[in-house]
Amino acid sequence: MTFVKIDKNAWEAGLARLAAAYRLFGPVKEGHSHEFKALDAGQRPDMAYVNTRRSPKALIYPQSEKMFDFSLDETQADHHILREAEKDYAPCAVIGIRPCDADAFLLVRKNFDTPEYRDPYWVKAYEATTFVGLACSAPCSTCFCTTAGSGPFHEAGLDLLLADEGGTYLAKVLTPKGASLVEAAGWGDATDAQAAESRLQELRAAAEERIVSRVPTAKLKDQKINPLFEAPFWQEVAFSCINCGTCTYVCPTCWCFDIQDEVHGKEGIRYRNWDSCMYPLFTHHGSGHNPRNQKTQRVRQRFMHKLKYYVDKYGDGIQCVGCGRCIRLCPVNIDIRRVCNLMNHFDATACAIPAA
Amino acid sequence: MRNPYLPYPVRIDEIITETEDRNLKTFKFVFLDPDDEGRFAYRAGQFAELSIPGKGEIPIGIASSPTETGFVKFTVNKVGLVSSFLHNMKVGDIMGIRGPLGNSYPWEVLEGKNVVIIGGGFAFTTLRSSIVYMLEPGNRPKFKDIHVIYGARNPGMLLYGDELAAWERRDDIHMHITVDGTDDPNWKYNTGFVPTIADQKAPPADPDTYAIICGPPIMIKFTQPVLDKLGYGHDQIIMSLEMRMKCGIGICGRCNIGKDFVCKDGPVFTLAQLNDMPKEY
Repeated sequence: MTFVKIDKNAWEAGLARLAAAYRLFGPVKEGHSHEFKALDAGQRPDMAYVNTRRSPKALIYPQSEKMFDFSLDETQADHHILREAEKDYAPCAVIGIRPCDADAFLLVRKNFDTPEYRDPYWVKAYEATTFVGLACSAPCSTCFCTTAGSGPFHEAGLDLLLADEGGTYLAKVLTPKGASLVEAAGWGDATDAQAAESRLQELRAAAEERIVSRVPTAKLKDQKINPLFEAPFWQEVAFSCINCGTCTYVCPTCWCFDIQDEVHGKEGIRYRNWDSCMYPLFTHHGSGHNPRNQKTQRVRQRFMHKLKYYVDKYGDGIQCVGCGRCIRLCPVNIDIRRVCNLMNHFDATACAIPAA
Repeated sequence: MRNPYLPYPVRIDEIITETEDRNLKTFKFVFLDPDDEGRFAYRAGQFAELSIPGKGEIPIGIASSPTETGFVKFTVNKVGLVSSFLHNMKVGDIMGIRGPLGNSYPWEVLEGKNVVIIGGGFAFTTLRSSIVYMLEPGNRPKFKDIHVIYGARNPGMLLYGDELAAWERRDDIHMHITVDGTDDPNWKYNTGFVPTIADQKAPPADPDTYAIICGPPIMIKFTQPVLDKLGYGHDQIIMSLEMRMKCGIGICGRCNIGKDFVCKDGPVFTLAQLNDMPKEY
């Protein structure tokens, strides 16, 4: 792999050149927090940010997305026949994404891009996008990426990784997509790869040491689904939950959606919208029956999905990258690290009352 | 790869009101592009999303059999927004069908076996598909004895009345039709709940005998002990489940039971499989 050093004086000019070849997205401050936004001409990503409030998943998977349009006007030849909505899959680049968030797309890809079915919207948007990562050197207290299968310098899911070295970015080119972007930006100061790699590893080790929050996950895969499902702690875990759905909306790996039609006059659109397992309607049958009509069942579903069903289904760790957003933004302080700990250490055969 | 959310356009060719309460209608659809029929190749036990532009989609079991060509049939209970709208549509109207979806009954396993079909109420649609499939002259020799135990509240609520009568007259299928109760003096079949009739009529357990059960939860709850008593292994009891669905292809996330999606890994599961899954359905 090749490395380049990007002088911060050349950074701006490079971004301006990139804007000609890519639609650029990056972290922008809005009110008190940052969000990933399309960068207008001349607008620069705020590389001094910690992380965005919402994850960047909407860049690939918008909260509301047109799937089809149709006409109900019977004088039209194709009335009542769905037409593919027009889409623009021109090259995009996300500048300054955190490694955990880029890694999250790889977990989500397992859902949208399967041997049997490919979700065309997700796959095309993802394939059109180049991810320029910004390594973390100052994590939040709620970050637990290093024990969630990711990390502050994690490279998986990135095309280019930038480490901030004060006056310069040390950039590691990870994929051909990343190399094309560097070329388009004209960031050409090649540097000694061996020295750069050892410097990167040094920074990486220091950054990983700053992640002090950890989750134990090793025993999750050996737990049996049914005893864990029946575990006595779910009532207590869910007690304070108000089913607001914030955790699912800010999560970079929550992917559930709903499909709805909207009609104005004789013209209609079929949309898909993010949905949430926190809501009773999510599983409400037409008959009125609802297999998850209690909030405890819904809270259990979210954690079981992320920390057990996904683990069993894909054999690739938990469906979480440790970004900590759900912990920071939960209005009632439900903490996935604590729940993961309960699940990991659950022993169905243990006595509920400790021996004296 | 084809967009899996894009339905095939179809025209409603025929609408049959099945039950006396008019809440169940069978819709016969013809593909606008005849080539789509080949793309929609399905197996008995699968389902599809009936797609009505402007209203939405509903997952419905396929009631026609793969051996019937030129159309596909679905029997729909009037329940919610989409099904109520569909009930008011007319012959000639255009809509969409997306599928086929889900696994199917395990036909490779069932070949060479005795098949006992136990159905109740309107959950008889994919069972009708299965019976028509097995009775096709080319297929019938592949199966041993076929028993059908099918019940509804009263004679007017039985689906596919003409076909039931025709099957009654055949000697290569054992029909046990029942109603919960009736004051019809001409009723010549059984009277009693499905579990009771299953207890009386179902063949004894045998390594070569498989039961397929589809019906309301209460029927399943009381039929299972009957099959247990008869000695059916839980690998030999096959069930089809329902869930609220949207995508139908295991992506949108709502119809899971444990790690399995009813839409993609099901809707057909053996009781042995269900025993290992959380009781959340």
